[in-house]
Amino acid sequence: MLEKLDEIEKKALELLAMVEDEASLEAWRIANIGRSSAVMNVFSQMGGLSKEERPLVGQKANQVKTALEKAFAERVETIKTAALAKSLANEKLDITLPGRPVRRGGLHPATIVLRRMLGILAEMGFQVYTSRDVETDEMNFQALNFPPHHPAREMQDSLYIDAGERGDNPVLLRTHTSPGQIRAMREFSAENPENPPSIRIALPGMCYRYEQITARSEVQFYQIEGLAVGENITYGDLKGTLADFARRMFGLNAKVRFRASYFPFTEPSAEMDVECFVCGGKGCPVCKNSGWLEILGSGMVHPVVLQNGGYDPRRFTGFAFGMGPQRQTMLLHRMNDIRYFWGNDVRFLNQF
Amino acid sequence: MRVPVSWLQDFVDIKLPIEEMARLLTVSGLEVDEIHYVGWEMPKENKYGFKINGLSWDKEKIVVAEIREVGAHPNADRLTLCDLYDGKQQHTVLTGAPNLYPFKGQGKLAKPLKVAYAKEGSTLYDGHADGLVLATLKRTKIRGIESYSMVCSEKELGISLEHEGVIILDDDAPVGMALADYIGDVVLEINILPNNARNANILGIAREVAALTGQPLKKPVYELKESGEPIKGKVSIEIRDPQLNPRFTVGLIRDVEIKESPYWAQRRLRLAGMRPISNIVDATNYTMIEIGEPLHAFDFDILQQRAGCKPIKIITRAAGQGEKLVTLDNNERTLSPTNVLVCDEKGALSMAGVMGGLESEIHDNTKAGPESSRTQSTTNILLEGAAWNFINIRRTANSHNLHSEAAYRFSRGVHPGLTVEGIRRCLYWMQAWSGGKVAPGLVDEYPLPAIDPLVEITEQDIKRSLGINIPANEVAELLERLEFKCTVRGKTILVQTPPFRTDIGEGLVGVADIMEEVSRLYGLDRIPETRMADPLPPQSGNLSLEREERVRDILVELGLQEVITYRMSSPENESRLLPKSAPGPELDYVRLANPIAPEKRVMRRSLLASVLNVIEHNARLAETLAMFEVGPVFLPQAADLPLEPRHLAIALSGRCYGQTWDTKLTQKLDFFDLKGVIEGLMAALHLAVSYEPADHPTFHPGKCAAVVLGNKTLGYFGELHPQVQANYDFNAPVIAADFDLEIMFAGMKDAFDVKPVGEFPPVLEDIAVIVDESVPAERVEALIRQTGGKLLASVKLFDVFRSEQIGVGKKSLAYALVYQSLEGTLTDKEATQIRGRIIQRLDREIGAKLRSQA
Repeated sequence: MLEKLDEIEKKALELLAMVEDEASLEAWRIANIGRSSAVMNVFSQMGGLSKEERPLVGQKANQVKTALEKAFAERVETIKTAALAKSLANEKLDITLPGRPVRRGGLHPATIVLRRMLGILAEMGFQVYTSRDVETDEMNFQALNFPPHHPAREMQDSLYIDAGERGDNPVLLRTHTSPGQIRAMREFSAENPENPPSIRIALPGMCYRYEQITARSEVQFYQIEGLAVGENITYGDLKGTLADFARRMFGLNAKVRFRASYFPFTEPSAEMDVECFVCGGKGCPVCKNSGWLEILGSGMVHPVVLQNGGYDPRRFTGFAFGMGPQRQTMLLHRMNDIRYFWGNDVRFLNQF
Repeated sequence: MRVPVSWLQDFVDIKLPIEEMARLLTVSGLEVDEIHYVGWEMPKENKYGFKINGLSWDKEKIVVAEIREVGAHPNADRLTLCDLYDGKQQHTVLTGAPNLYPFKGQGKLAKPLKVAYAKEGSTLYDGHADGLVLATLKRTKIRGIESYSMVCSEKELGISLEHEGVIILDDDAPVGMALADYIGDVVLEINILPNNARNANILGIAREVAALTGQPLKKPVYELKESGEPIKGKVSIEIRDPQLNPRFTVGLIRDVEIKESPYWAQRRLRLAGMRPISNIVDATNYTMIEIGEPLHAFDFDILQQRAGCKPIKIITRAAGQGEKLVTLDNNERTLSPTNVLVCDEKGALSMAGVMGGLESEIHDNTKAGPESSRTQSTTNILLEGAAWNFINIRRTANSHNLHSEAAYRFSRGVHPGLTVEGIRRCLYWMQAWSGGKVAPGLVDEYPLPAIDPLVEITEQDIKRSLGINIPANEVAELLERLEFKCTVRGKTILVQTPPFRTDIGEGLVGVADIMEEVSRLYGLDRIPETRMADPLPPQSGNLSLEREERVRDILVELGLQEVITYRMSSPENESRLLPKSAPGPELDYVRLANPIAPEKRVMRRSLLASVLNVIEHNARLAETLAMFEVGPVFLPQAADLPLEPRHLAIALSGRCYGQTWDTKLTQKLDFFDLKGVIEGLMAALHLAVSYEPADHPTFHPGKCAAVVLGNKTLGYFGELHPQVQANYDFNAPVIAADFDLEIMFAGMKDAFDVKPVGEFPPVLEDIAVIVDESVPAERVEALIRQTGGKLLASVKLFDVFRSEQIGVGKKSLAYALVYQSLEGTLTDKEATQIRGRIIQRLDREIGAKLRSQA
């Protein structure tokens, strides 16, 4: 009997080794460890054995059964793993196929750069002040120390609004965001004329000039100005603030230089140049080989402007600066056509 | 302004490299745009990144030479063979220069002609090429005669584009000297800002260079030899309005021979951008460029003729309305009282400060002119130097489009103090170049003397503005370099403005003006960077802008692309928003008085019109277009500046899904895609709006909704009316929206409450009800919500179904309901009760039947 059990085990294991798929596996299970399998039959034939033989055969039969069950479990695992490997091999994607299109939204590049600049200025304490597009000559020029017929007006050719006869105070589209300086100063000083609060604002907005639309000039463009007014504001503060801004905008190693310039509403006035971030100052087509990029105009607020805003120039000083965010987008992305901005061609917009 | 450096050297020694000087000028406010070499050696490296161009003349190869004889070419009439000596050797040089023909066949010239001679291998501009093309002079044969060198024209040397003849140098030109050493130069192109008009002359730039480099300024020193009868008594001046004409000065020079100016003066004028005309005109231009006083020369004999036997009386006055004058460009000009005239008793002579009149212009009596009856060979000249109100000059120059160099300067302000020096200097040059005799004295009428402000500035003023301490003595020293007269009293400096500047104000303005000069001369780069020590101002933020930006962010999250368009438009463009059959009333626009183009002649009233233009532009460039813009529209008001409310416009068009490789879904964006976007926006803004069927001329009458908040309409959206769609070149139906953001923001609350999400399990259930077609889905949902109350956590419409089985004119609406209590687990019985109430209510109010019962 014991020999028979050995024979059963040996034969069953041989058969198991030949099983390759799950269907044959089940057939093997029924035939070899199922209820009517040979080893189970040994248990049912136990009654016909002698007292001495019975425990020996029983023990052996249990051993064989356990061994077959274990072998079966291992075989199941092996076959399943092989089957999985096979099916995984068949599920291979061509991952180079393009992904399914998702409708992706985006901000206009002019908004992106405007936000970035306003964000940096906000962290430096400049709060945003917005004002209107259609302005009076008084706000856009006169209060900013451009008297009627002043030659500096030629630097900003204006688009006028047909608003009837208004003498020396015609209506026009603002040529810069500076009228917001006057509006802000008047608004703040009206709150407490004897003791007006100090000011630190950023003024973003659309500005307009009488220019034909070409690759290099636009009739409409964004500008951001900054204005700081207080009792202790100096030209050194102007330099420090704008150099800080440039380092945030163009990289912490950005170098700046200040060049004396002229704006009627600031004095002293200066242009700030940043060392070309494309070539590092060596000279390239972006900086037209000068190594420097003109970034913004700035200066100490002219006493007449402070006065016009309700701030006593004997007590207050201030600085102001203005820049064109689109120009900076063009420099950063080496765009050579300003018309792309308001052209809104999807082939342009999709690149941002 | 073009500044030849050789000319600058008349007044200041330049010890720095040219580029270093240009850098100093640039950082101190005189921006050098370009450095143009005309002969001098160009720098090896461009250290400061200036735009540098031009030509250097090889000192060995290009020299001063003399032509001793001009002979004929044996095989060509138009060519000459010159016998030339270059200081070392004799050469035979072939030329085609017409200005040498007159000397042909004269044998050995009594007075040799001094010329610019280029030897073989010289690099020059090709005189025959269009524009400036470099070429190297090579040995060649022309009509059988060997040629290896040439006599140069101005174009070949890069002095000007003149190639009509060769340069004939002044008689004292030293033969054999390198031409670069004799007339080499470099020209700085300087951008003169409006406050720097005083420096639009060589002396002014020299003063700046002297101040910046610490060199002394060498003002012109010369002696004016006077002879003959004094001018006094010959001419009188009447100034009718000193505000228009604060000063008028005249001088007289007699027996002037009109001819060419010396070559050196012509060359300087050309390099400065002026065309040489004759010695007399050139002298006025030369003096203007040199010291900044524009001058005008009258033919004294013609003025005398006009005056008859009496002395000449010059009158300056505003022109009469419609008064006429023929200017020297032979145009009859019709004038207005803005224009100022120089007249005599018979009438107008010239447009003051802008352009002379034809009649009194200088006539060359040696040539047969209009006054051919006159026989004398010389001319007498009355020279005017005046000061004018810059506003009138500006308006005159602009209205007559006459932008002369004189008008350029007068329209920016020329100090009245310059007239006498201007006239004397010009008479000096006229005398030197024409052999005339200067009459003693000047006639000078100066009814409105200029006030040159005295400004008091303290060390504290400088500290307060610039943030640095500069001792008073140092401040005075800086300012004196620019000819301010300073008196230091302790820490205070009394600064007297010099009598050639019109840009220094009085009082506080004067302090700021002086501060600018101090900062420039001290050096902006020397002022240390500091951070503001002033306390931060009160914080008020900009809520309105924050909301606008939030709208942008939400729409981008919803997959839309922001666009920004021109805020200028045309009524025609905006009228495309209406069907042609129903054009609507004419709208009042904010109109531009001087638009750049007809299609940009008004400020837009509709943001949607702008966005639809973008959709039209991109119609064939993308399969899916989903765009929005946030920006103002402009609504005119009778007595005030226009309103500028911000709007939001959205437009969708094209396919819902971009074309892809594994699906053929070609569904087009429609009304409900846009409604989804709007619902998303309203949900994110926490605005509980309702959607009402609406009639709007832009939209399809059956596919248009108003978005309503309380009793306010925020805007409209829908599919474009087919007749509006037809006004555009779109590629697919367009669904669009237009909202007034001011109304939307006014209805917004800043705070909203978060509802608890609930911890007890929800009961999920679907119900389908059949209602009449006319019952809006929103009504059904509202009834379900009202009835379900707090226990109904969510309602979602998931199916709309129509069939004959459920009946014509009916529809089935299927809703997924979620019941949930915050207090405990709902039992089936509770859920069934709510469901029962909902079904009863729907039946009672709108006759809805459960689909399973129908």
